[in-house]
Amino acid sequence: MAIVRANVLICAGSACVSSRAYEFKDALLKALEEAGIRAEVNVVDTGCVGTCDLGPVAIVYPDGVFYVKLKPEDATTIVNEHLLKGRVVNRLLYQQPMTKEVFPSLSEIDFVARQKRIVLRNMGIINPESIEEYIAREGYEALAKALTMTPEEVIDTVKRSGLRGRGGAGFPTGLKWELARKAKGNPKYVICNGDEGDPGAFMDRSILEGDPHSVIEGMMIAGYAIGASKGFFYVRAEYPLAIKRLELALEQARNYGLIGENILGTDFSFDIELRRGSGAFVCGEETALIASIEGRRGEPRPRPPYPANKGLWDKPTVINNVETLANIAPIILNGADWFSSIGTEKSKGTKVFALAGKVNNTGLIEVPFGTSLREIVFEVGGGIPGGKKFKAAQTGGPSGGCIPAEYLDIPLDYESLKQIGAIVGSGGLIIMDEDTCMVDVARFFLEFTQSESCGKCPPCRVGTRKMLDILERIINGEGEEGDIERLIELGNEVRQDSLCGLGQTAPNPVLSTIRFFRDEYEAHINEKRCPAKSCRALIAYQVIPDKCRACGICARVCPVGAAQGKPREIHFIDKNLCIKCGDCFAKCPFGAIEKVDIFLEKS
Amino acid sequence: MDPVQKRLVDEIIANWKDKPGALMPVLQEIQEKLGYLPSDAMEEVSRCLNIPLTEIYGVATFYHFFSLKPKGKYKIQVCEGTACYVKGAKRVLEKFEEVLGIKVGEVTPDGKFSIESVRCIGACSHAPAIMVNDQVHGRMNSEKVLQLIKSLK
Ligand SMILES: Cc1cc2nc3c(=O)[nH]c(=O)nc-3n(C[C@H](O)[C@H](O)[C@H](O)COP(=O)(O)O)c2cc1C
Ligand code: FES
Repeated sequence: MAIVRANVLICAGSACVSSRAYEFKDALLKALEEAGIRAEVNVVDTGCVGTCDLGPVAIVYPDGVFYVKLKPEDATTIVNEHLLKGRVVNRLLYQQPMTKEVFPSLSEIDFVARQKRIVLRNMGIINPESIEEYIAREGYEALAKALTMTPEEVIDTVKRSGLRGRGGAGFPTGLKWELARKAKGNPKYVICNGDEGDPGAFMDRSILEGDPHSVIEGMMIAGYAIGASKGFFYVRAEYPLAIKRLELALEQARNYGLIGENILGTDFSFDIELRRGSGAFVCGEETALIASIEGRRGEPRPRPPYPANKGLWDKPTVINNVETLANIAPIILNGADWFSSIGTEKSKGTKVFALAGKVNNTGLIEVPFGTSLREIVFEVGGGIPGGKKFKAAQTGGPSGGCIPAEYLDIPLDYESLKQIGAIVGSGGLIIMDEDTCMVDVARFFLEFTQSESCGKCPPCRVGTRKMLDILERIINGEGEEGDIERLIELGNEVRQDSLCGLGQTAPNPVLSTIRFFRDEYEAHINEKRCPAKSCRALIAYQVIPDKCRACGICARVCPVGAAQGKPREIHFIDKNLCIKCGDCFAKCPFGAIEKVDIFLEKS
Repeated sequence: MDPVQKRLVDEIIANWKDKPGALMPVLQEIQEKLGYLPSDAMEEVSRCLNIPLTEIYGVATFYHFFSLKPKGKYKIQVCEGTACYVKGAKRVLEKFEEVLGIKVGEVTPDGKFSIESVRCIGACSHAPAIMVNDQVHGRMNSEKVLQLIKSLK
């Protein structure tokens, strides 16, 4: 066998693939061929490294040099400089957005150094399409160990670890398993919830794409613990790459005899099937998801009975989130005490967050519970782009709430967030800056839940519609006195009277933004003014004459001919034609276009 | 359905027929292979799986993934998830409508383009993101919309 000079790991997560990671890979293979060192360099795909906005990215081992924003043209440089001459290519390294400091290796950059990786332990290290590489990193050892324990011992370990469900509700996982183990009925089932409906979250997708075996192993241990012989993955159809990698992983595990009859020579048998979602948010709710697997409309039903007693085809069923299951193998291997030493008093372990929105380093991160939002946004996340001010973070998606700047130091865990009316949620973490209008954010989420309401129960169907109507009025400058109170009242009714979690939590984004940003609501209603200058009905665009250089770009990009001007003359915007699309504002190279309050400007 | 389509549909049904909860995967595969759910295909499914047609319509209309009409050759899906929304997805969607002269949910008369709005395609770090068939395009803006349509025309 040829001596391997280096291993080049290329991130093959969805985000990097969409920024053409495979084109870079092809170019690299070609460059290696041309340099005559193809046999000496291993080029491997790996799971999401987490630095999604820097993609495509590659890590060159043994030194662990981390290259970012790679273009196919860069392949030859890396081969000639780094791989042949051992010289690191400085211009392709990561640069800290605020300090401009350059970091040569992945483990040093603040984005990664600040994290603690349990769930993401194999990301950027193994090839997700190779079961051998998973096994080489203690893969399926936890399953083997669990099979030497009694199911009760397994459940006890998970209970003592303090692990709580990562799908949103935070229910203790060990307790859930115990209920299902004790429930009468046969067969029993395990379902992995990979529906990931929060629009702005991609934790579960990345785990399934980057380390599918870790979730499969967790599911099998759950199956052993509760006495099930069959498991289902339910993955949303929008995740084709996750589905493909999971299918492959299942096939590999089957070929190794890790799924099937008499696993590892014991009398435990377990089989797994993959089912796809079909684009309905409510199907992330467990009873709706079960209805969907059964081939029906994904409508939730009242609980109790809980799925642990009466689930899939009315049999006892444990349903767990992807990330929950990915925590199981490390807990079994390292013990309950190890896991419960991480995190805070009632929130044990780590949480994976999908960091997105107005933050420099968007991507996937894993931090211990109790980490502050400030650390996440300003250290891991590298701060807010364009020197803008942090306004709020939104957690928990359409069921969640916002965390304003005054709570930047709050420890992120289940209890602390609940106290301020937000939730940990499944892990979507959207950062908003001063340009984001909080009333519009509330409207956005409510429109989402309104359109995703399955329509079965009136409080949710009608109540959210009424709330949405009010919010739309406010945003259009037609808000009336008493609207805020009406929203609160309706919100409380929808919360109390809805059948399932979708309706019960739908008012949260509205109530939470009213709680912290009531002044923004009042400005919209009383002054017909949008403080973030984002609501179209309340702003106008105009040229700042001093700054205009008559370059003509605004006139060129304006889709309706509202931006006008003769060569070498200061341009202007015809307010009667302007549709306020903002293209000129975004494109003007001199910052000569401003947004003004429409009502101020009239007087 | 033409004979080729009919054979495809029959094959799909035969593959799943005896499994519990077969309806969803059968409809999903038909949607994928044919691009939509033709009414005679649903009648066929109803007959073979012994499920009332009304129930099949109930399922087909409940889930966004299914469509009862064919989509464009280039299926444009504009993400309106949270991350994309706060980074200006609304304008991106509008620009597609403006350039193609159709509204979201419609198909151009030549059958070439259709626009849909979807919720999070998991490319949040490249917001605002869109998908054309299976290809993700990130960090969209009005200019890129124009370029993209030009390159596909
Ligand atoms: C409207 C709604 C949507 C949900 N969506 C998801 C989801 O996308 N993924 C998920 O794991 N759990 C989701 N849940 C929570 C599930 O009902 C369930 O609590 C969870 O899958 C249990 O797993 P866990 O205990 O491991 O968290 C949703 C709940 C509601 C009410
Ligand atoms: S919000 Fe658009 S890809 Fe996630």
